[in-house]
Amino acid sequence: MALKLKAQFDAEKVLQDTQSQFEMVQVLDMDGNVVNEDLVPDLSDDELVELMSRMVWTRILDQRSISLNRQGRLGFYAPTAGQEASQLASQFALEQEDFILPGYRDVPQLIWHGLPLTEAFLFSRGHFKGNHMPEGVNALSPQIIIGAQYVQTAGVALGIKKRGKKAVAITYTGDGGSSQGDFYEGINFASAYKAPAIFVIQNNNYAISTPRSKQTAAATLAQKGVAVGIPSIQVDGMDALAVYQATKEARERAINGEGPSLIETMTYRYGPHTMAGDDPTKYRTSDEDSEWEKKDPLVRFRKYLENKGLWSEDKENEVIETAKSEIKAAIKEADNTPKQKVTDLMDIMYEDMPQHLAEQYEIYKEKESK
Amino acid sequence: MAQMTMVQAINNAFKTELQNDEDVLIFGEDVGVNGGVFRVTEGLQKEFGEDRVFDTPLAESGIGGLALGLSTQGFRPVMEIQFLGFVFEVFDEVAGQIARTRFRAGGSKAAPITIRTPFGGGVHTPELHADNLEGILAQSPGLRVVIPSNPYDAKGLLISAIRSNDPVVYLEHMKLYRSFREEVPEEEYTVELDKASVKQEGNDITLIAYGAMVQESLKAAEELEKDGYSVEVIDLRSVQPIDIDTLVASVEKTGRAVVVQEAQRQAGVGATVAAELSERAILSLEAPIARVAAADTVYPFTQAENVWLPNKNDIVEQAKATLEF
Repeated sequence: MALKLKAQFDAEKVLQDTQSQFEMVQVLDMDGNVVNEDLVPDLSDDELVELMSRMVWTRILDQRSISLNRQGRLGFYAPTAGQEASQLASQFALEQEDFILPGYRDVPQLIWHGLPLTEAFLFSRGHFKGNHMPEGVNALSPQIIIGAQYVQTAGVALGIKKRGKKAVAITYTGDGGSSQGDFYEGINFASAYKAPAIFVIQNNNYAISTPRSKQTAAATLAQKGVAVGIPSIQVDGMDALAVYQATKEARERAINGEGPSLIETMTYRYGPHTMAGDDPTKYRTSDEDSEWEKKDPLVRFRKYLENKGLWSEDKENEVIETAKSEIKAAIKEADNTPKQKVTDLMDIMYEDMPQHLAEQYEIYKEKESK
Repeated sequence: MAQMTMVQAINNAFKTELQNDEDVLIFGEDVGVNGGVFRVTEGLQKEFGEDRVFDTPLAESGIGGLALGLSTQGFRPVMEIQFLGFVFEVFDEVAGQIARTRFRAGGSKAAPITIRTPFGGGVHTPELHADNLEGILAQSPGLRVVIPSNPYDAKGLLISAIRSNDPVVYLEHMKLYRSFREEVPEEEYTVELDKASVKQEGNDITLIAYGAMVQESLKAAEELEKDGYSVEVIDLRSVQPIDIDTLVASVEKTGRAVVVQEAQRQAGVGATVAAELSERAILSLEAPIARVAAADTVYPFTQAENVWLPNKNDIVEQAKATLEF
């Protein structure tokens, strides 16, 4: 059969044209060299050092969290090593009034937005106090239902817009999450309402054991923004400066009333999916792991700062020691948090406790008094 | 006072609340300029503006997420799901998210959201419009589920639902929208949530119903009274939580109870009512607690509604069996 629409509907060309608009943006290469001078963010020396300190601190938090989990002193934990640039450089581009809707792996962003470390540990253990955001920390606790944070972000952003605030809502999901219906609905709603939202896909190549290639035939995940008519970009997620700049620009556009953006960060998790028995050696090769280790966001950012004379081994050790002692203190504080009672759980269900629950409350209060 | 249908009473409640509280927002599919597929939101966008009453893209889960997100910014969202059968699309946001917001946040956040949606049979709707799905919502801790059966309650309960800082699912039976009018005050008033209403007092048997089955039960009572029985009819109004005290007091008086629902026997909240009464009033019972409910099939094809939906005759028949047990 002759293809009559060939000129207008060249399948290969349509796909290639789309793909070519989403080539990965990079500022720093693997050796910490600036490869795109025009895109270097406008960050002071102090800010650069602060960003590096946060990344180092968070790498230590990951190492200690894995170890505390193995000792049974933490519960649910989704490793973050490898994603420091993606997670922390994006959060670094935010302001305090911005609202974060994290996924389950996005605890570091919450911590740097103001969630006390003790509460992050209580979240991991499964204690209601871990989800109690302090006043002024604009965030929800980590979302377990993949995609739900996306539809909610559209609502938060519309709320911000209706209040006339110069702020944004930012949310994160993974590569697998971009297959969910809520992913699409979330970006589409924000687009239709031109709401100030930033949608981040942290593409770490695997959704548990399922490789990115099995989620979709789309060449990039960034191009999914085309479906809803929003600007989208793919950045090197191991490159703190590229992630920072992309987020900063998305934020500018959003607070100027130009609507949402979608950012795909190309990243990797060095650890397992979670600490609940996932074994990445079943689905990843050691070659692949070591390939990505060369791209380590800490290695390249460290080199970049050392070349500028802003970073040293001493400075790094100081951050590591601080992290360790803060983690130790936070775990101790978590240990000292009173145990949960059923009546506590009843108390936080409703503002106005319904009669059936009030009745059960009395029964449990009696049990707890014994 | 004015004579209003349930649709008018709901619309009137909206006007009251949009005026009273500038954080109240109404949104859903075609609720804006169109005034809703049942005219429930008619005229509201014109009067209060597109900022307060607005349309959404066609995606129920997105609507639920929008409600939850807006509530984080201090708004009081009233979201509409066009038909209850479409709730499956948004079940995560309703039961997995909104219902759990306060709990998940350790009590530090609220979800003052009202989820409105029409349901109910007898008006020949196409597939998945009329299904009685209150049971699955009633089984989700964190929600209140309200079903008004008349215009007066519809207005008062909706105002209470909107003002509640806890999430409320508010289900509107389509057959009741315009089937009768009654006196409804123009001014604001509330009907307390969580409370049943004794529609008529009696001594021989208690009929416990909600939604369209309240009218059917009242008609059945009329017929039973012709045979000399004194019938008490209770409208649950709230199917979660259930006002157990009112039910127990009635059954302790009458000694007999029939629970009436439009939902299939395996669904609805009839089994919960029966279980609660068995636990709390068994020593008063002269006969087993009986249920009138639909057959355990999928909601019927339109032309089979008349043979499938429970009606007055089913109630009379069951009530007599219980009375003559």
